[in-house]
Amino acid sequence: MIRTRRALRALVLAWALVCCIVQTAWADELTLWHSYRGAEQETLEGLLDEWNQQHPELTVTAEPFAPSVYTSKLTNDIPQGNGPDLFIAAHERVGDWSQTKLLAEWTEQDASFTAYHPATVEALVYDGKRWGVPLSYKSAALFYNTEMVKSPPDTTDALIAEAKKHTAPKEKRYGLVYESTNMYMHAGWLFGFGGQIFDEQGNFILESKESARSFAFARALINEHGIVPEEADGTLVSHLFNSKQAAFAINGPWFLGELDKDLPFAIAPLPIVSATGQPAKPFLTVEAAFISARSKNPDGARKIALFLADKQASITRAIKGRQPVANLSAYQDRRISEDRILMTFRRQLDATVPMPNRPEMSSVWEPTNRALRRVMRGAVEPDAALTEAKALFEVFQRPPPKERSLAPLITGLALLLLIALVIGVRRFTRENMWPKVKANLPAYVYLAPAILGMMILIVIPFVVGSIVSLFVHTQGSFTFVGLENFWRIITSQDYGVTDPLSFYFTLLVTVMWTAINVFLHVSIGMGLALLLREPWLKLRGIYRVLLIVPWAVPNYITALIWKGMFHKQFGAINGLLDALGLEPISWFSKFSTAFAANVTTNTWLGFPFMMVVILGALQAIPRDLEEAAEVDGATWWQRMRYVTLPLLRPSLVPAVVLGTVWTFNMFNIIYLVSGGEPDGATEILISESYKWAFERQNQYGYAAAYSVLIFLVLLAYSASTGQLKTRD
Amino acid sequence: MRTISTPKLIATHVSLMAACAIVLYPVLWVIKMALTPSQGFSMSPNPIPDQVSMSNFHHLVTMNDGIFWRQLGNSIIISVATTVIGVALACTAAYAFSRFRFPGRTLGMAGFLITQMFPGVVMAIPLYILLNRLDLLNTLSGLVLVYSTSSLPFCVWMLKGYFDTIPRDLEEAAIMDGASQWVIFTQVILPLARPAIVVTALFSFMTAWNEFILAATFLTKREMFTLPMVLQSFVGSYSTDWGYFAAGAIIVSLPVMLLFFALQKFLVGGLTAGAVKG
Repeated sequence: MIRTRRALRALVLAWALVCCIVQTAWADELTLWHSYRGAEQETLEGLLDEWNQQHPELTVTAEPFAPSVYTSKLTNDIPQGNGPDLFIAAHERVGDWSQTKLLAEWTEQDASFTAYHPATVEALVYDGKRWGVPLSYKSAALFYNTEMVKSPPDTTDALIAEAKKHTAPKEKRYGLVYESTNMYMHAGWLFGFGGQIFDEQGNFILESKESARSFAFARALINEHGIVPEEADGTLVSHLFNSKQAAFAINGPWFLGELDKDLPFAIAPLPIVSATGQPAKPFLTVEAAFISARSKNPDGARKIALFLADKQASITRAIKGRQPVANLSAYQDRRISEDRILMTFRRQLDATVPMPNRPEMSSVWEPTNRALRRVMRGAVEPDAALTEAKALFEVFQRPPPKERSLAPLITGLALLLLIALVIGVRRFTRENMWPKVKANLPAYVYLAPAILGMMILIVIPFVVGSIVSLFVHTQGSFTFVGLENFWRIITSQDYGVTDPLSFYFTLLVTVMWTAINVFLHVSIGMGLALLLREPWLKLRGIYRVLLIVPWAVPNYITALIWKGMFHKQFGAINGLLDALGLEPISWFSKFSTAFAANVTTNTWLGFPFMMVVILGALQAIPRDLEEAAEVDGATWWQRMRYVTLPLLRPSLVPAVVLGTVWTFNMFNIIYLVSGGEPDGATEILISESYKWAFERQNQYGYAAAYSVLIFLVLLAYSASTGQLKTRD
Repeated sequence: MRTISTPKLIATHVSLMAACAIVLYPVLWVIKMALTPSQGFSMSPNPIPDQVSMSNFHHLVTMNDGIFWRQLGNSIIISVATTVIGVALACTAAYAFSRFRFPGRTLGMAGFLITQMFPGVVMAIPLYILLNRLDLLNTLSGLVLVYSTSSLPFCVWMLKGYFDTIPRDLEEAAIMDGASQWVIFTQVILPLARPAIVVTALFSFMTAWNEFILAATFLTKREMFTLPMVLQSFVGSYSTDWGYFAAGAIIVSLPVMLLFFALQKFLVGGLTAGAVKG
């Protein structure tokens, strides 16, 4: 009897133990990616902590990412198997992502979508299927300063009248500020006037009378009514509204984080367009939780997504994270229904147009932004601008070349390899190299680690990466097309040779850009280095440290500050010109001035490096030589030419050659300062390549072909100028 | 010491001060935005901040449970390791190129130069795949390896050029005294090449310290992030937290300035003069 009881107890204990082991073995850890920061991030992570406490068998860790790299990380890491189980992102890429098989579908069994606002659910549908759970939404609305404006206007005529009362350009005060040359911000007017971007079948139908009227309206706000400043970008809008120099601003919920704490403001829905009687309808962006197609536990991930979207979590996200939430039941909570900011965005939601989630949408921005810029600065009429936009859109959407067979490539490569091998072996045996190799063995030993590193980490990745140029990338699949990409670029198909989009135009701009910059960097660097090496100069240590500041401070922020300094109305440079009694210049509307702005910024950033290199190189020159020459009666210039410069050469040449190469590929400045303005004229080859890869339908093959051509141009340049030879 | 004429002295100081003014002017706004407790971008003509507050800095070091110190540590470790490895590899390679004439020498030097012409964006994905295979994603060592090799070409060329200016007589004298190749390299050549080593060390450090794209491609766990990634996290799709970004920019610039300040006396050494007479 006792034995049976003992046996039973042992069995029960064993069973309990097994259950525990199995339980912990089955405890799953999921990852969630997002690009939130600040209050939104804290709220999200607080909610996930709550989930983890209640569900120890299914825990989740959150990883935040910088918004600028977030989408590339998703598209890169998920197919490689290193992605998250679920992620929170904006809905605009749903078309792209579902076609490239990054997302897991949501079927009727997984969830009922009735709790959420229909517009937010609709935004996540592509190809008749649902791809995510809506969490929150964003759209633009009308912000106004409550000290200046007592009640918000409900029509555009009223808005214009009220804004005029607060406009005084001489005092730099404007009635209304918004990014007039940004299609995203213009959308409110576009849809209010009845314009459309795509029709049901996905045809691009922006070119219409209604769209042209909206463009004319926006231009009138700047020119005729004068209530909107020219060249307003995000930073200007933020600056003017914050410093109470603007009565109204059109912006989205993200604007709340930029406003000063004591600024008296309120928000209202965008007004009704008086000309059509329709409300201005801004774009709707939905932030949703998506499940990765490669997740090992999609059901667990779905549970977490639904938890974040449910009523309780939505209330928390609305109150703590200040997110306008998609779950309608959250609005029953008084804390939300009495929150004027959240309720304004809720009202605006009923008058929005979901951003189209088709893959073609990513090609819409560049043509439409350019059209807006050209219309706003008076370069072209709205009708013509829209026709241009359509033409550019079609260039980006052009059908890919036909597939080619791999056979010629393989045979070609094999042949090349064979020839190289034969030549190498013949040279080796003919010139009797073996004894020379043996004699110089220590050299090879010294070189081995560096060469190995270069081969594995630079040469091979470049070769692999440039092979992409032989393919065309559409919707996640690559088709082999041989040299077709190169052919298209070199023969400048789709656009003329003198068009800024053509390879030759961009090449010419890049060469000019490089030559002028390197000349300025070297001369300024040399001048300063020569001054700073003099031992009689007190404080030279301090001067040196101060002068390398442009090199030390991250160039992202300084480039944007320089861009701000070149602003036509609010920039310091025009302020200086004004003080000197000169005409202010519109820097970014002409090629020469935009180019000059880029060169100025890059020179400011680049001369410290040359200065330091030359300072170091000057140390190798014995002062006795220079002093002897001076005693012999040589002038400063003769000393420079016959003593200093020749002795500087061995150290200077690599810096100049490499400086040339780096300037040729200096992407940051072009992208941040002129942004390629006007109309793509100041683009250089590398920034053009970037746009083809990331802003024009992800045409990676075409962009890679550009990169290979950049390499070949630089190679040809250094080979022809003899810089590849070692002169000793 | 030669006496210098007063007009020349004044002219030199004036031009240097003008240069410093132009150089520092934009940076005044960075400082202003860092010290102002708001996230807007300042475009006012006045670079003096209206209110001075350390709240941006405070937020930077306390956000995400104070992970900032760990991320600062990551950046320091990566940059120092890159500098040490990069300079070490470059010194040995440059010495080989300078002192030996061997088959493949011209090709090798040209090769180093040619690799700099590869646009980096083409290599990001293949490098990702390579590091993935080697299990080096999300590690500091992976980044150190990649950064060291990318700073090599400039360092090799610069050091080789500098080594070329060091007279062979010194080495020959040392050989006659019975010194081995290694001793000559470390005790004779390297000390004389200090200015060039300082330039290459500074360059390698900066390459690693400010690099963002590759770090963002290879790192996914926030405790492995580097400072440039922390800075970029403030740049949103529609708006940027300029106060935090500016504060971060100041923090990121300070170590570089300090490093340069510490190293600059080696930069202006002038040690070869008079070492060998005749």
